[in-house]
Amino acid sequence: MMIELSAGFLPLTDSAILIAAREHGFAEAEGIALNLVRETSWANVRDKLAVGQFEISHALAPMPIASNLGLTPFDCRLIAPMALGLGGNAITVSSALLERMRQGGAFEMMDAKAAGHALARVVRAGRAEARKPLQFGVVHPFSGHNFELRYWLAASGIAPDEDIEIVILPPPLMADALASGQIDGYCVGEPWNTVGVIQGAGRIITTKSSIWASSPEKVLAVREDWAEQNAPTLHALLRALYRAAEWCGQPSNHIELANLLSSPKYLGQPAGVILPALDGSILGEAGSAASPDFFQPHGRAATFPWQSHALWFYSQMVRWGYVTHSAAHAETARRSYRPDIYRTVLSEIGVPVPSANSKVEGALQRTIAVGASSQFLYLGPDGFFDGTIFDPDRLDAYIDNQKV
Amino acid sequence: MAETLPSVLIIDENPTRASIIEAGLSAAGHTQVMVISEMSGIAAKIALHEPDVIVINLENPNRDMLENMFQLSRAVKRPIAMFVDRSDKEAMQSAIDAGVSAYVVDGLRQERVKSILDMAISRFNAFSRLERELEEARGALEQRKVVEQAKGLIMKSRGVDEDTAYKLLRKAAMNGNRKIVDVAESLVMSAGLLGNEGTE
Repeated sequence: MMIELSAGFLPLTDSAILIAAREHGFAEAEGIALNLVRETSWANVRDKLAVGQFEISHALAPMPIASNLGLTPFDCRLIAPMALGLGGNAITVSSALLERMRQGGAFEMMDAKAAGHALARVVRAGRAEARKPLQFGVVHPFSGHNFELRYWLAASGIAPDEDIEIVILPPPLMADALASGQIDGYCVGEPWNTVGVIQGAGRIITTKSSIWASSPEKVLAVREDWAEQNAPTLHALLRALYRAAEWCGQPSNHIELANLLSSPKYLGQPAGVILPALDGSILGEAGSAASPDFFQPHGRAATFPWQSHALWFYSQMVRWGYVTHSAAHAETARRSYRPDIYRTVLSEIGVPVPSANSKVEGALQRTIAVGASSQFLYLGPDGFFDGTIFDPDRLDAYIDNQKV
Repeated sequence: MAETLPSVLIIDENPTRASIIEAGLSAAGHTQVMVISEMSGIAAKIALHEPDVIVINLENPNRDMLENMFQLSRAVKRPIAMFVDRSDKEAMQSAIDAGVSAYVVDGLRQERVKSILDMAISRFNAFSRLERELEEARGALEQRKVVEQAKGLIMKSRGVDEDTAYKLLRKAAMNGNRKIVDVAESLVMSAGLLGNEGTE
């Protein structure tokens, strides 16, 4: 008998693993009838998880952490037993802003440092002329977008909230907001950067993978009480999603995956708009190199829920004043991610799984083979563009350092 | 002195549904009810009208923006929180099932908000029911049209009257253990494929 599971998702390319699990029989093979419900806001996903309309959902990586720290309206404990890929976001700016950024000299697209310097020059000039601060859009306060944008700005010498105002907008409305001049730039998941470029609203200036290589973006959020009461179903689901991730990561499947995602019930965008994120040909300046690391649904342990990722998001929630730092809060954040469940389930079927729960983010300058429960596992590079290292064992020092 | 009822802002891109809720609230004695279907400049509108309660439909993609605005915006002076408090799971469940959510200014007493949310929930449900019925009625009309078309085809090719055509159709359905409308549909489709358009 099939077990029915309802999952929410937002129309983004990184919902690919869930969609492939349903459409390519991976869920069915594990006895799961996966019902995917397209949502219009992360607030809906949060609320429907809380009232039990969803057992599981496509979720922003910081969402389970925010929920467990009591930063959401309802008491609802969530866990992330699996990540849904690495990377997949980009920063797009209006043509007008790009022109101003170029006045200080040409810069290499996709180079987060150079793009940051160029933007900092525009901001300094704006400050001198007492211009109104630039506005950038992100999709949600507790999102990878908000935290990587803020990290990039701050490390480039720009003060978020003072030099640049960050506003919240739903992903499908970003391109229009940019075209109409309502905002000057945005940080969003694909395909909404490519959509903006194709509409002529702006250009992609850097990517999430350039700001922080192999960085976390979406997770599978699961209600903790449901996970405890339905362990066999959860385990079956993780196996199905792992197989789906493997399928999504195969370059020979990218065209088929783009076609699948383009369906009106999923992303509702042409396959040609979705494909650049999958094959790394994401639109930058003409002649710029393709970036195969842009979105990783499978390679580099892309579905492993590193607790160092959870703690980094927590450090940024502290940095920008969403929560006060305490040992108890840090522990809540760390335990929101459950690599233990992932390891138990997937090592049983011979998948190479990292033997550590955390890693030092930024330690790997290139891809290397590391210790895994079986076979070899390739990780990294995983560095931040400014060369700073995040050691989860030195969380307090990291939080102190980012105050200045 | 009688307490005045809280002022309500309804955000809904469906003007029909918004007006149904508005009418319900007016009938219940609410004098300050405002409807917005356009999200542009929403912060300024909220700052101007300072509603006590904001009702919004769940399909609206701007809930994340709205919630963030309540937390941070300088334009919205009074703190606004999600209505359903942590303990009231049942109310929250029925609101979400109905497809509606509400936010209230801090300090507004629960019971004063509850009747507003109850009204919104029941009107949302009534609206969904109406939509469903309309959908079904449309479906029924389509089915009737197909049966009429099939009857016409039979009348023409067999040279029989309408009543006989219908009986033939029914017999074919019974023999094949199918619905009349399904038989009619396949008949019309095959007639189309064979180039026999001939009902008119």
